[in-house]
Amino acid sequence: MSTTSLEAAPETLRTLPGDDVRQILWRFADRFDLQMIVQSTRAVARGPVARLVAEGGRNSHEWTDGKNKLFQAYDEGGITGVFLEPEFGGIVEGPKNLALALVAWELAWVDAGAATSSLASNLAYAPINERGTEEQKREYMQKQAPLQPGEKRKQFRGSFALTEPLPYVGVDTGTVGGKLRVAEWQEGKEPILQVDKRGRFITNMDVANFVTVAVDSDDERIKGSCMIIVEDTDPGTFDKGAPTLKLVHQLSSTRDPVLNLKVPASRIIGGYTIQDGLIVPNYSLSDVLEAVFRRTRVTVGIMTSAKLLSAIEPVIRYQRTRARGGASTPDTPKYDLGIQQKEDARHRLVDVWASGEAGASFGFEVARIIDAFDIVEKEKEKVLEEQGVKGARSQLRVMRKLTDEVLEYLDLKYSPEDKRDQARYQELENNTLIQYAVTEAIANVYTPAVKLWNTSQGAIMMREAVSLMGGYGITEDCPGFLCQKWFDAQLEATYEGPEAVQRRQMSVTMINPVFIALMKHWIKELRGIAARKPETGACNLATAMQLWLWVIDYLQVGKDADGGKLYTNQRQGVTFPLADALSWLLTSRQQILDVLELEEKGPNNPVVAEGLEGTVAFLTDLCHVQAARSSGEVGRICAELVFGYNRHPAWDAEGCKTCFNEDELDELESVIPGIGSVADSVSDVISKDGTHPVKAGPCARFDGLKTFTKYRIKLDGCLTGSRLAKDRASDALMHVMIPEALDYPQ
Amino acid sequence: MSTGFHIVVCAGIVPDPLQTLEPVSGPQGWALKNEMMLPACLDPWASHALFEAANLAKNVSDSKVWLVTLGPKAKVQQVMMTMAQKVPFELVALDGAANGFTDAAETAAALANAIEGIAGLDKSRLLLFGGWESASRGAGATLQIVGERLGITEQFQGVDQITIKDNGAMEILERVEGGSHQVSECSSAPAVLGWATGNLPEPPNNSQIGMQNMRLIMPALQKAPATKIGTADIAYKGIELPKQQRNTRIVKDVPVEEIAREIVDWLRG
Ligand SMILES: Cc1cc2nc3c(=O)[nH]c(=O)nc-3n(C[C@H](O)[C@H](O)[C@H](O)COP(=O)(O)OP(=O)(O)OC[C@H]3O[C@@H](n4cnc5c(N)ncnc54)[C@H](O)[C@@H]3O)c2cc1C
Repeated sequence: MSTTSLEAAPETLRTLPGDDVRQILWRFADRFDLQMIVQSTRAVARGPVARLVAEGGRNSHEWTDGKNKLFQAYDEGGITGVFLEPEFGGIVEGPKNLALALVAWELAWVDAGAATSSLASNLAYAPINERGTEEQKREYMQKQAPLQPGEKRKQFRGSFALTEPLPYVGVDTGTVGGKLRVAEWQEGKEPILQVDKRGRFITNMDVANFVTVAVDSDDERIKGSCMIIVEDTDPGTFDKGAPTLKLVHQLSSTRDPVLNLKVPASRIIGGYTIQDGLIVPNYSLSDVLEAVFRRTRVTVGIMTSAKLLSAIEPVIRYQRTRARGGASTPDTPKYDLGIQQKEDARHRLVDVWASGEAGASFGFEVARIIDAFDIVEKEKEKVLEEQGVKGARSQLRVMRKLTDEVLEYLDLKYSPEDKRDQARYQELENNTLIQYAVTEAIANVYTPAVKLWNTSQGAIMMREAVSLMGGYGITEDCPGFLCQKWFDAQLEATYEGPEAVQRRQMSVTMINPVFIALMKHWIKELRGIAARKPETGACNLATAMQLWLWVIDYLQVGKDADGGKLYTNQRQGVTFPLADALSWLLTSRQQILDVLELEEKGPNNPVVAEGLEGTVAFLTDLCHVQAARSSGEVGRICAELVFGYNRHPAWDAEGCKTCFNEDELDELESVIPGIGSVADSVSDVISKDGTHPVKAGPCARFDGLKTFTKYRIKLDGCLTGSRLAKDRASDALMHVMIPEALDYPQ
Repeated sequence: MSTGFHIVVCAGIVPDPLQTLEPVSGPQGWALKNEMMLPACLDPWASHALFEAANLAKNVSDSKVWLVTLGPKAKVQQVMMTMAQKVPFELVALDGAANGFTDAAETAAALANAIEGIAGLDKSRLLLFGGWESASRGAGATLQIVGERLGITEQFQGVDQITIKDNGAMEILERVEGGSHQVSECSSAPAVLGWATGNLPEPPNNSQIGMQNMRLIMPALQKAPATKIGTADIAYKGIELPKQQRNTRIVKDVPVEEIAREIVDWLRG
């Protein structure tokens, strides 16, 4: 008797995930202010921005009327006003990092130059927002607010000028060439300062009326460095400078300005005091930069991920329709699927998609963390002020003393509710300083990680997306502007600090004991997830985290073959790859957490509930694919670092110390029968005539090898099932419904 | 006595026009494949009606605009994230099925019922606006039936313009053949105006208007009554998509000059 399987085919992705799904994944389903911002920004991006790109408007670095007009679209579309406080016409109450991340996402979906253009004013304002005095904040917020109908005033736009002509500020911000001197200082009056700055590659100079400028004192009456505001109407030279002959982000303006202006000392960002006849800025340049980049680097990371996900629809359409026309007949696999019939083409698109999802999940998580940080940072300032703790150093001392309590808090937080001392947990949970310490520890790693991983891996995967379009991919006709997006990704990896800067920052922050403790808790958490949902690849990731933790411990105490320390600031060959490895882990983890959120919250929304099973199954498969990719990277990097700094043993007395001798084995054979046949799988065997196997030397041996190998083997075993997940995801690509045409011109 | 209009715009939601539309028959009757999951927009014909309504309300003091919609409320909510930013209005939402397969009479009955229930609506000042047809189905029946149920006998279809004259009468332009218009004069409300495209461009998004509208939209969505509009008891003899239309090039946001140029090129070619 024959049996027919009655099992229905498993549900899979039916349509490309829509707004409702994204709102749950990225946690803004209950924020209609943000949902409206998304829609308005999208209308501008897929309308005027896309039209300008399609018309070839970004084929040159010249500043044109068309590019200039986009600012009007940003103003009218409500994009310019996103950063504004409600009292100045904004619509977002409280922190705005997630809102700005969504703006970056929508604009970069079409063109990242447009995103840069719109966000550069936010970057210019960021020093004022983060460290400015209340008067400075109000003044420049008001000046930048888009004009209301009938309102007559000059609307300000800004530039942020840090980078300088060689040999000054670039990656390293310690060598500032921009100078600040006292121009006039009459008794009892406010000093007038001379700002002398040459900028290089400064965005928005074609439209800027104010510039926030990084300068260092060149006058014994001014102490140290600071940032200062200059305006185009200040007395002196405000020369926009020569345009940068750039090949990327062509919808934004970039120039090398020359600024030599007289401004009142009240323009020093954050104000100043006079101490013993010296002008002492309240915030040094590095104080300001730290606060600024913590926020603004997130949006840059988001841009590159947006581009990856924007590539999915055009690539599927290209692949599917590639073989239509000519002799191919409808309703045949060749006609319907085209290149999608080929496994590799689908697999590679799965990789692009998985990277995009991971980057997006992580990017928006970091934006949310920075939003939380904005709040807790202010609360911390209040608490410390109440306690009479003043100055950065004293604050640091107070915070350091709290480390044990922070670690205790984390232990309690990650313990089951019924097993922990609830009263103590609540006490620590309500302690602002502890909350600050945890959020800061995360933010200090996450911000550089998102900038680093999203842009550097994004650029690599964007190239992959372009290659899936064949020759078409590298033409102006390519739907979705994929080639331009690939090129542009390189700038995202560079400006606001290239990869080296992010790696350097991570190499310091990722060994913070609070962060390391969090990682340990996350490993347990991932194992718990894996127990419920093994198909996420969470177990694989947990093992990779375990390996990474072991290796970072090992390298912090370990030495190289010459006795040199391994984990030091100078040894970027050790610290930087570990930062890369960590970024893979963090992005993958967040991707999994977001899919769990969708699975939990999706059923509450009838639109999402329809087809949820398939959407979750597909996104889960992408998590697994990405987790496998991440753990592979971590395994490779860790193995290279752990083994790579040892000198390979040679066939000399020292190297052969751990080898077996054939004579010895003969003797042992009588005691342990069979040892001879397995000895060469455990160690190297030297034959009776002194010859040895033909290879570089005896295999490496060192303290810790056993543990490392144990983790590494486990990690490889944890890859089980990941390729099946990839196959499932790639099958889904053949069936997913896509629109008939892209919703922006090409 | 107040002289402003009470303008009620009936507007459904339809799948975004760029989506692949594939009719499928299921236990609930006919629908479009994955319709719930496809992004939606406010029916373009009705959107024009809404923009015209807002413009009229702006120009005639003491007027007010309501938007009455019947559709799955979670989808309507998504659409509101855009529409709420366009013009000021108050939403009246009914939570139920909306697609090209539902029965116009049933839909019209539900809408008329909802309009009757609007607190503070003065029917003597009522202008019932909507699309003269819908992007989900071009039958053009719903608005007429709503009007009839509300007892409004002055009905105009294919409207492109309304002008309020000094004496308060309405001059209405309805489309007829060959790009010409029929000009009518209607002395006063109530009246039904089924809009064609009107003359107004889509207003840019205004987040301030959006935030104001949202204060009433969210509660309206929350209390939207479940409204049963079925398709199961309707037998369709045949269903197919307009094939010709699907062969056209689909682009969004092309400037008017460019469209005009293409048409001229085509005529010359
Ligand atoms: C289109 C565009 C727009 C820009 N907009 C702005 C703007 O608005 N405002 C602004 O201030 N700047 C802006 N920049 C400048 C940008 O931020 C810098 O180019 C960037 O920070 C890198 O500096 P650099 O070009 O001097 O590179 P460099 O400092 O020369 O670095 C080059 C490379 O050298 C290596 N390297 C350098 N130092 C180290 C180190 N310590 N450790 C390890 N490796 C190192 C790294 O590989 C690095 O990628 C813009 C740039 C471009 C191209």
